[in-house]
Amino acid sequence: MSESELISAIRYNVLQGRRDKDDEGLEDDLVGEPGVEELVKEALQKEVPVHDILLHGLTEGMKQVGEKFEKKEYFIPDMLSAAEAVGAVMETLEPYLLQEGTASKGKFLLATVEKDQHDIGKNIVGIMLKGAGFHVVDLGISVPTADIVEAVEKEKPDYLGLSALLDTTMRHMQETISLLQEKGLRSNLKVIIGGAPTSPEFAGKIGADAHCKDAFAAVSTANKMASGGGANG
Amino acid sequence: MVMDFIGREGVTVNPYLRLRDKELKTIHSASMELLTDPGIELSHEEAADIFDKAGATVTKSERAKGTWVVKIPEKLVLQALETAPSQVTLGARNPEHKLILDGETPRVYFGSGSETNNILDTNLEEFTSTSDPDKKLKFPVHKRRRGMVADLCAAARLGEHLEHLDFFIRPVNIQDDDISEDSKDVNKFYACLNNMTKHVMAGLTDLNQLDNIIRMGEIITGGPEQLKENPVMSFITCVNKSPLQLEGDSTEKMLSIIKRDMPVVLSSSPQGGSSAPIDEVGMVAQINAEILAAVTLSQLAHPGAKVIYGSVPVRARMDNLHDMYGAPEFNQYNIDCVQMARYYKLPCYSTGGVADAKVPGVQATAEKVFSHLYVCMSGPHLLHYAFGLLEETQTFCFEQAVLDNQHIGMVKTLMQPPEVSQDNVSYSLDVVRKVMNTSHRLFARYARKRIHSGQLFLAYPFEGGEIQDETMANAKAETQRILAEPVEHLTDATSDQIFAEIPGILDRIK
Repeated sequence: MSESELISAIRYNVLQGRRDKDDEGLEDDLVGEPGVEELVKEALQKEVPVHDILLHGLTEGMKQVGEKFEKKEYFIPDMLSAAEAVGAVMETLEPYLLQEGTASKGKFLLATVEKDQHDIGKNIVGIMLKGAGFHVVDLGISVPTADIVEAVEKEKPDYLGLSALLDTTMRHMQETISLLQEKGLRSNLKVIIGGAPTSPEFAGKIGADAHCKDAFAAVSTANKMASGGGANG
Repeated sequence: MVMDFIGREGVTVNPYLRLRDKELKTIHSASMELLTDPGIELSHEEAADIFDKAGATVTKSERAKGTWVVKIPEKLVLQALETAPSQVTLGARNPEHKLILDGETPRVYFGSGSETNNILDTNLEEFTSTSDPDKKLKFPVHKRRRGMVADLCAAARLGEHLEHLDFFIRPVNIQDDDISEDSKDVNKFYACLNNMTKHVMAGLTDLNQLDNIIRMGEIITGGPEQLKENPVMSFITCVNKSPLQLEGDSTEKMLSIIKRDMPVVLSSSPQGGSSAPIDEVGMVAQINAEILAAVTLSQLAHPGAKVIYGSVPVRARMDNLHDMYGAPEFNQYNIDCVQMARYYKLPCYSTGGVADAKVPGVQATAEKVFSHLYVCMSGPHLLHYAFGLLEETQTFCFEQAVLDNQHIGMVKTLMQPPEVSQDNVSYSLDVVRKVMNTSHRLFARYARKRIHSGQLFLAYPFEGGEIQDETMANAKAETQRILAEPVEHLTDATSDQIFAEIPGILDRIK
C-alpha cells in the first residue's frame, strides 16, 4: 500500500472500530483484513511520518466518528470501538511521538474508590481518553485511598479521575483529596470526579477540579485542561 | 403444500395457547350441539334450499315470515371443512404486498378498519401554567368531525407508508353530500386503490355494485384471469346476526361474492352479555357455531370457495351496552376464536387494537397495546381494527394510527422467534471469551452489527423532553411528514378506463 492508501485505510478502520485483523467491524467480510494496529505498524515500517498517521489517520478518523455520533448514525458502542482501536496504537506511537518532540496530552490515573466494585463507567472513560490521546493508567476497582495516593506519588500523573456509583462510597473521594493535600501532591494534579451520585456541587464541596456527567464530558474536560483552558465539565 | 413465499413478511409467531387440545374439542362439540339445537335461523330462501338439499333439517320458522330454522348435522360441517381452502392468497397492486394466509401457519398481518363516522383532529395549543406564568406548555386539543372521502384518500396514503400496516380496510365512512348509497362502493374502493399499493378489503354497501368493483379490479390488474391470480381486493360480509341467525342481505352478498370466486371474510360480531353469553366458553361456542354455519353454506354453494373465518367477538359495556374493546375478556374471546380457526385449519380474521378511550393518551395506549400484543401472540392471520381507532370503533385519528404503527412494530419485534442455532451459540461463546480477555470487559463493540442492521430498537421515537410528554406533538409532526410523502397512484390510463366504464366515482378523487 502507498502512504496515502495506508492513511486512508487507517481512517477507514477507525470508523469501522477495528483494532486488529480479528475484529469484525461493521461491514461484512472484514475479519482477516488488517486492522488499525497492523496498518499503523506497516506505516511505521514504511517510515510514514508519525505526525501524518496521527493527524490524517487516527485523529481525522475519530473526528468523523464524532460527526457520525452527532448525526445519530453512530452510537456509544461505535465510539468506544473506534476509541479502543486508536487507544491501542497510541501506546505503539508514544516513543515515536517523544522522538519527534510531540508532547503527549498527559497522563491520566483512573480509579473506582474504596468499597465500590463498579467499573463500567470508569472503563468507558478510560477507553475514550486513550482514544483521545491521553496516556491512561487504570488502578481498577475498590482502590483504597492510600493506594491511590501512593500511585499518584509514583506515576506523577497530570490528571486523577475518581469514580463512584454508590452514595456510601463517594465520601472516599474527599478522603483522597485530603490525603493528596497532606502529602503535598495536590497542586500539580487535576482531580476529576464522576459517577451517578456525584454532582458539580459535590465536586466543589470536596475541592475537586471538575465533575463530569459522562465519558464525553470527561474527554472534553480533559482536552480543555490539556490545552490550558478552564475546567467546568 | 409448501409455497415459495413472496409477499409481506408479517410476523410468524410461536402461538400462545390459551385453550388446550381437549378444550378445543369440547368447544367444537358445544358448537356442533348449538347447530342442531336450537340450530340457526336464516331469512334467505336459496340458502334454506341449499341446506335442505344437502341433508340439513330445514323448517319454516314460526317467529317471522320468510325465515327458516336449519339444524346442521356435524357431518355437513366436517365435509365443508374438507373443501374450504386452508390457504388463501390476497393480492395487491404491488406484488410485494401480497398476503399468504395459511390455516396451519400462524403468520400475523396487521390491518386497519373499521368504518368510523368521525375523524379526530389533533391540534397543539400552548397553555400558560397557573402556578408559574412564565411556564408555557403545549398540549393536544382534539376536535371531532364527520369523515369525508378526502379523509379516506389521506388515510390510504398514510396506510401506504405505515411500515407495519399489512392490509387496508377503510378506517372512515365517506359521508360527503354527493355520495349516495349506490355510489358509495365505487368511491370507497377507488379512493383506497388509487392511494395505496397494499391489499384493500371492504364490505359491500350495495350488492348491485359488486360487478363494478370487480371490474375495477380487472382494469387495475389487467383482466379477469389476472384478478383471480392477484385479487387486489377482497370482501367482508357480516353474514351472522347474533345469536345464531344468518342475515338475508349479507347471505346474498356472500353467495354472490363466492360465485365470482373472490376471497371473502365471513364475520360474526356477537357482544358478550347482550347478543351472546358473557361467559367465555358460551361466547366462543356460539360465535364458532355462527361462523361454521356460514362456512358450511359457502362450501355447499361453491365447494372450494375462498372464505376466511371472521371472528369479531366483543364484550358489552355494562353501563351503556356499547361494544367494549379494552376489557380483558375481549382478548380472551378473540384468542379462543383464533385457536378454533386453527383447529379447523382455516385462515382467520381477528380483532385487536381498539381503544374505548375517546382521545389518544394513557388509557388508549394501555387498551390498544394489550390486544395488539395478546391477540397477535395467538397467531391470527389478519388482525384488523389495529390502527387509529378510538371511542370503540366510532372515531379514527391519524396521529393515533401513527402511534399504533410504532407499537405494532414493537409487538412484531417482540414476537420474532429466537435464533437458537449451533452457529449463534458458538459465536456468542466466542464473544464472551474474547471479552473476558479484555481489561474493560465491555460487550459494546459486539452490539454494533445489530445496531446497524436496523433490527435493534434504539429509542421510543416520540420520546419527549425531561418533564413534559411530547408524544402527541411528535406523532403529529410524523403524521404531517408521512402525508406529504408521494404515493404510487393508478396510472392515468388505468384511471381513465375506470372512470369511463364505471359510473359514480367523483372527479375530485381522480
